[in-house]
Amino acid sequence: MTVWNGLPTWVTFSPLLGMLVLLFIPRQQNRWLKWVGMAGTVPPLILALIMFAKFDPQARGVQFAQNVSWIHIPLPQSSGWKLSYAMGADGLSISLVVMTTIIAALAAVGSMYLKERLKSYFLLFLLLEIGMLGVFLARDLFLFFLFFEVTLVATFFLVGIWGYMERERAANQFLLYNGLGSALMLLAFISLMFVFGTLNLDQLQVRTSQLFAHPEWMQGPVKPVIWGIFLCILVAFGIKLPAFPFHTWMLRVHVEAPPAVVMIHSGVLLKMGAYGLIRFGVDLFPPLVHQMATCLAALGLVNILYGAALAFVQRDLKRVLAYSSVSHMGIILFGIAALNFTGLQGAVFQAVSHGFISALMFLIVAALYERTGTTMIDEMSGLAKAMPVLSGVLLAGGLALLGLPGMSGFVSEFLAFLGMFKPYPVIAGIGALGLILAAVYTLRAVMAATFGPFLDRWERLTDSKAVETVPMLVLLGLIIAIGVYPQMLGEPMQTTLQMIVTRIGG
Amino acid sequence: MEKALAHIDWSAMTPELILVTAAALLIVLELLLPDEASRDWLGWLALLAVVGAGTYVAVHFGATAVDLLQGSYRTDPVAQSFKLVLLGGSALILLMSLSRENREGIRARGEYYFLLLTAVLGASMMTSSADLVTLFVGLELLSISSYILAGIRKQRTDSNEAAWKYVVLGGVSSAFILYGMSFVYGLTGSTNLFVVQQRIVEAYQTGYASFVLLSLFLMMLGFGFKIAAAPFHMWAPDVYQGSPTSVTAFLAVVSKTAAFALVTRIVLVAYLQLIELRVWEEIITPLLLVIAGASMIIGNAVALRQTNVKRLMAYSGIAQAGYVLVPLASLGMALFESTLYYLLAYSLMTVGVFAVIMAVERDAEHGELSAFAGLYRRSPLVALTMTLMVLSLAGIPVTAGFFGKFYILINAIATQHFWIAAVMVVTTVISYFYYFELIRQMYFRPAPKGNPLAIPISTAIVIGIGVIGTVGLGLFPNAVLHALGQLKWTEVLSIPQTPPGP
Repeated sequence: MTVWNGLPTWVTFSPLLGMLVLLFIPRQQNRWLKWVGMAGTVPPLILALIMFAKFDPQARGVQFAQNVSWIHIPLPQSSGWKLSYAMGADGLSISLVVMTTIIAALAAVGSMYLKERLKSYFLLFLLLEIGMLGVFLARDLFLFFLFFEVTLVATFFLVGIWGYMERERAANQFLLYNGLGSALMLLAFISLMFVFGTLNLDQLQVRTSQLFAHPEWMQGPVKPVIWGIFLCILVAFGIKLPAFPFHTWMLRVHVEAPPAVVMIHSGVLLKMGAYGLIRFGVDLFPPLVHQMATCLAALGLVNILYGAALAFVQRDLKRVLAYSSVSHMGIILFGIAALNFTGLQGAVFQAVSHGFISALMFLIVAALYERTGTTMIDEMSGLAKAMPVLSGVLLAGGLALLGLPGMSGFVSEFLAFLGMFKPYPVIAGIGALGLILAAVYTLRAVMAATFGPFLDRWERLTDSKAVETVPMLVLLGLIIAIGVYPQMLGEPMQTTLQMIVTRIGG
Repeated sequence: MEKALAHIDWSAMTPELILVTAAALLIVLELLLPDEASRDWLGWLALLAVVGAGTYVAVHFGATAVDLLQGSYRTDPVAQSFKLVLLGGSALILLMSLSRENREGIRARGEYYFLLLTAVLGASMMTSSADLVTLFVGLELLSISSYILAGIRKQRTDSNEAAWKYVVLGGVSSAFILYGMSFVYGLTGSTNLFVVQQRIVEAYQTGYASFVLLSLFLMMLGFGFKIAAAPFHMWAPDVYQGSPTSVTAFLAVVSKTAAFALVTRIVLVAYLQLIELRVWEEIITPLLLVIAGASMIIGNAVALRQTNVKRLMAYSGIAQAGYVLVPLASLGMALFESTLYYLLAYSLMTVGVFAVIMAVERDAEHGELSAFAGLYRRSPLVALTMTLMVLSLAGIPVTAGFFGKFYILINAIATQHFWIAAVMVVTTVISYFYYFELIRQMYFRPAPKGNPLAIPISTAIVIGIGVIGTVGLGLFPNAVLHALGQLKWTEVLSIPQTPPGP
């Protein structure tokens, strides 16, 4: 296995290759810039697939681990702080990494509608990919934070420069909310360093277990600090997820960002919130999560119902999808709050599945917008006649979104709710209403857009081109593959999730 | 005790001697040169002197403390590290003002260079003094040189206004400092900081507690002004805006670093023994933390409304002063390391930012934020370097500014001053708005002109050093941390082996 130890590093930094080539292409060469930009997402995809293939689902602990000491802060009266460059993959991160590389590659294809400033666009795009991959593969909290901030800065530019009319407000709001989230996260991480003396994830796991094994800590002075850290982490990743009431920034980004960035944002960036909640919330502070579980469940319920209800009244397809994301993130919260194996599995499944589904939906929206110049549902009416293929894919995506059996959304929702019904049957029961609402709002939107009276101005519209159809079909294929054969996703994460569940004693 | 002048080891003062010689030489040359002769080479001479002084300090870095002139002058690790930062900053600023394009309407070139040198000399003296008198002499040398520098563009009203404000308010603050120092002398009968350190506790315990505190408060009033900390910051925006950009950069970087050296030394050395009486904990720490917190809040909040770049940088500097005060206030465990690291990072990024501002201002012929509009389209590389340095000022990883703030935050949390940590964090997020406003201008706004921004070669070098330093220190802070960790800071606080007489 030693040959593969550097694999996480290679995966994370492989987009640099594309960036390097991009630097040497003149600004006017749009064709070349597009091709190189798309090609730049291929090396991480290939390397991630290699990693996935080499990943041993039975092995406990981190694989392909790499640990190099990096920064040593000398402090008097102690040996100082050691921050390390530690990378590695476990069952939780491997599926998210593969998902990230796939969505990034497809989003790069989805960037074809852009016409200006392609060079800086693709440079930032690949930088964003580095940040995202690093977030999922870092095994040191300091390093995690650095990658996390890279995604923040890159997204700010991508939204602010290439977005729609209100792009600057969206970028600003994004910066404010997420900046505050990162700041809280940093405070939490520094405090963790003080309490446990390390920011290495594996060491932290050992030391938090040791602390929680002695119930006396509840009486000690460390109790408020631990709670403070835990709450900071909850809020920081709650903003990212986003959990109600921190979701407003995300709606704006969904509506204003360029389509490819929304694919990434909705597909991957929101999942960093879920990842952080499980990795740093659930896994490091089991007893605290137990006490907060009801609260998380209630938040999840609010997310599900609030998102679904508002998705129903939206007239803009992008806003329907944005609110449906809020609703679907509630299901992730449900899965986490369940605190059992099934629920957690549902949460991770939902993260991956929603990543693919929302990427697909936004790709379709982008294609529709490119042709019709609108995203308002009422104005789209009757598209099916002019564009049977696109409308068909939209319908299929809608079915995935509402959780049709045989597609990934069903498996995820099923698992999350199954997990939830054991500890909180009532909340889960009410939450299940969200599934019905999802069917209502999805079908309403999709039907109104594709069927309904045919408008004369759609006469001359062309159906989707191969370059659009291929990524759509790939995503659809993945969604169905997970739906039909969930083991593909479930197996690699099994051991890791079981370890987490053992730690939380659920 | 009495030593003949010949027996004193003058080599420890080499940096100052180089600077004073060069300044004197420059004055003489300025007088002797015919009016029409070019004065450009005087700038190179000044640069050579500063680089020479800096090299000397760098070579002897880490040497043990040396006392000179009856203990009034000292070269110790603190002095050396502060000196390196401010000599480095001065060298970059000199380099920036050398090129023909960057004259900014300063007619008296010779005067400009020797005033810069005397200012650096004053700053350098401040870092090395162990006596209230030498400290004050250094401070005034720096201040008076700066007053003239601020108003060196005699024909411009805003420059005049800047100098005028600076002189009046600077004079008042010097008076406060002097008044405070007089109490210290009255209470302890000495101006030597180490003697003061030993005797002030006695004074505190024998019924003069209120006078001890009064002396500190009075000095803090003056220091607050010198480091441009709130609520004594009012002068900074006007002076920053009215001065030539190179002088603004000097005030922001060198002046501020020197003032921090002064504050650290006086507060820490003179009042150190009060820790045992819990006076630090109960009075000094809250006092400094309130100043720090007010600076962060006022600086960052008011910066949001600025439209002039140099005013924006002034408020940003006020906020940064607040951050740097935290380790001193909380007596953090890595007080010197974090302060110096931050000042070094701050100097690098600020000098670089001002170098860009100078070029942009000259090109647009005004200093409003809109001068940066569309810079990315005109000169992508300049925009990118500016972005990196502004991100560093905002404290975004992977930059020196981030690591500096991180380090200071560690100090605040380690000493359990959570509220100041919270203020730091919240104001940092607020600061994103105005720092990103610069970025928004550069990337999101259309460019009024199409031609690339002209950057003189010397300015380009300064920007290059700023960016490389900012990113390098952000990625590999160990390089500096290791060196700082090696130094024996405690030597600074301890009393020299042969305490000099009163």
